[in-house]
Amino acid sequence: MSAAQLAELRHTFALDKPVVVQFGDYLLRLAHGDLGVSFQYRTPVLRLILEHLGATVYLVGTATLLAAALGLWLGARTAWRRGGAADRANTAIALTLWSVPTFWLGLILIVVFAVGVGPIPGLFPTGGISAPGVTGIFPVVADRLAHLVLPCLTLVAVLYAQYLLIMRSSLLDEMGEDYLTTARAKGLRDTEVLRRHAVPNALLPTVTLVFLQLGTVVSGAVLVEAVFSWPGLGSLFYQALTVPDLPLLQGLFLFFSASVIVMNLLAELLCPLLDPRVRTG
Amino acid sequence: MSGSLARSLREYRNHRAGVVGLAALLLFVALAVGAPLFVTARDLSAVYAPGAPRQPPSSHFLLGTDAYGRSMLAVTLWGARISLAVGLLATMMSVGIGSLTGIVAGHFRGWVSTLLMRVTDWFLVLPTLVLAAALASVMHRGIVTVIIAIGLTAWPGTARLVRAQTLTLEARPYVERAKALGAGDWHVMRRHVLPNLTPLILAQTTLSVSAAILMEATLAFLGLSDPTKVSWGTTLQLAQQVGAVSAGDWWILLPPGLAIVAVALAFTLCGRALEATLNPRLEGKG
Repeated sequence: MSAAQLAELRHTFALDKPVVVQFGDYLLRLAHGDLGVSFQYRTPVLRLILEHLGATVYLVGTATLLAAALGLWLGARTAWRRGGAADRANTAIALTLWSVPTFWLGLILIVVFAVGVGPIPGLFPTGGISAPGVTGIFPVVADRLAHLVLPCLTLVAVLYAQYLLIMRSSLLDEMGEDYLTTARAKGLRDTEVLRRHAVPNALLPTVTLVFLQLGTVVSGAVLVEAVFSWPGLGSLFYQALTVPDLPLLQGLFLFFSASVIVMNLLAELLCPLLDPRVRTG
Repeated sequence: MSGSLARSLREYRNHRAGVVGLAALLLFVALAVGAPLFVTARDLSAVYAPGAPRQPPSSHFLLGTDAYGRSMLAVTLWGARISLAVGLLATMMSVGIGSLTGIVAGHFRGWVSTLLMRVTDWFLVLPTLVLAAALASVMHRGIVTVIIAIGLTAWPGTARLVRAQTLTLEARPYVERAKALGAGDWHVMRRHVLPNLTPLILAQTTLSVSAAILMEATLAFLGLSDPTKVSWGTTLQLAQQVGAVSAGDWWILLPPGLAIVAVALAFTLCGRALEATLNPRLEGKG
């Protein structure tokens, strides 16, 4: 590439102006909803983000719902039977999974379930969101689901552990409260006491903490998408890192941060619905 | 002081998981420090590698060879040095920033505290990995960059914890007495608050190291570290780049990954046992 071409490129991306001027221009365009143009794709960053958003919401949404359901259920059960064998086993598994690097778990799952080890054949595709050339409603659905299994499993494994631990400690705070003794004295069954009395009270701190931890969901999504070549925002971020494609990185960073903050705002609005004490207070 | 220390030690011994974690940690540190005794520069050379690339485990190479033909055993052993060093240094940085912010925000009320806590909240909600990766990608690639990126993003949890503890400490009568006798801000923070925070900071440090080690491996895997330095993260990155995953070369993937899990778990177990020792209210939660 000649010096003239370099200067030309610098001029196209306005990199020849002073940094302060560039930053001012950036803020001005940001106020108009313009996130700039990607270095590698030569398309507006906002359009790239919107194109890749669907795949990420599909994967992360499914995984988060599954992880939250599994984590809250196991957390409530382990806390209720505190100190038992199931409690110790579940806490140990959760702590171990918390120590497992997300990307490594993905790689291992690919080797075991997609490539196949020894006599086990590959059961699932190694990556991507769908296979080319599949037609018909049922084959397409089956293909989509087969592609979803491994990335979703990885994400659930790394996310559910923290939900379990949060739910467990919130519920332990409620144990030994007088209203639980009252509920038992009324003659309610043990499961009723847990479901109708203890869990609703433990849910408020849990929901707050779950939403505060959303940053880890985004981090997990970036790694899982990078490992499984999932065509979402995480892969986009990974590709932008390797170039590095600064306008795209900036745009994605803003988008990730904004979505986490908006989700936290939603949690604040959701809390009064879950807990009447917050409504009156 | 020595009496309370001995009591803490006795208390810690009651946490079996904590003792196991501590023993594992001592072993890992000994292996990392002693690695130069078993591994030579030639073992780690990519050009003069001692074996053929990507060979499965054999009697000569107990854990097989990596993409360059180096012994996976030597590479994993050597990787402990970078991973532990980066984890410890980054944690010292993040706990330092967090403790300082927490003490100052807890001691000074009013706008200083409000401002510091808003900044902390901002860092707390942001996705740590995205922030650290973005930081590392705009700086010069290398080990120091990774340490700075982790240190600058991992502190807000510590800051909130330290602030909460500072608030309860400052409400105690002996601090009021010191203030009445004319003690300045610096004196109160250094002589009365900080010594009582030490156990909490110690427990928090231990818990933070495992997060820092995981983050180091992740950033290295994303290609944001120095690829010429052998660490568990760079080993896994190299494995993925040469297609070891789709070829099913499990012996290249397992040792570094299991090492990360073991070290992170050991630090977590120690940290939880320390926490339970210092805060008996958590008893039965661990």
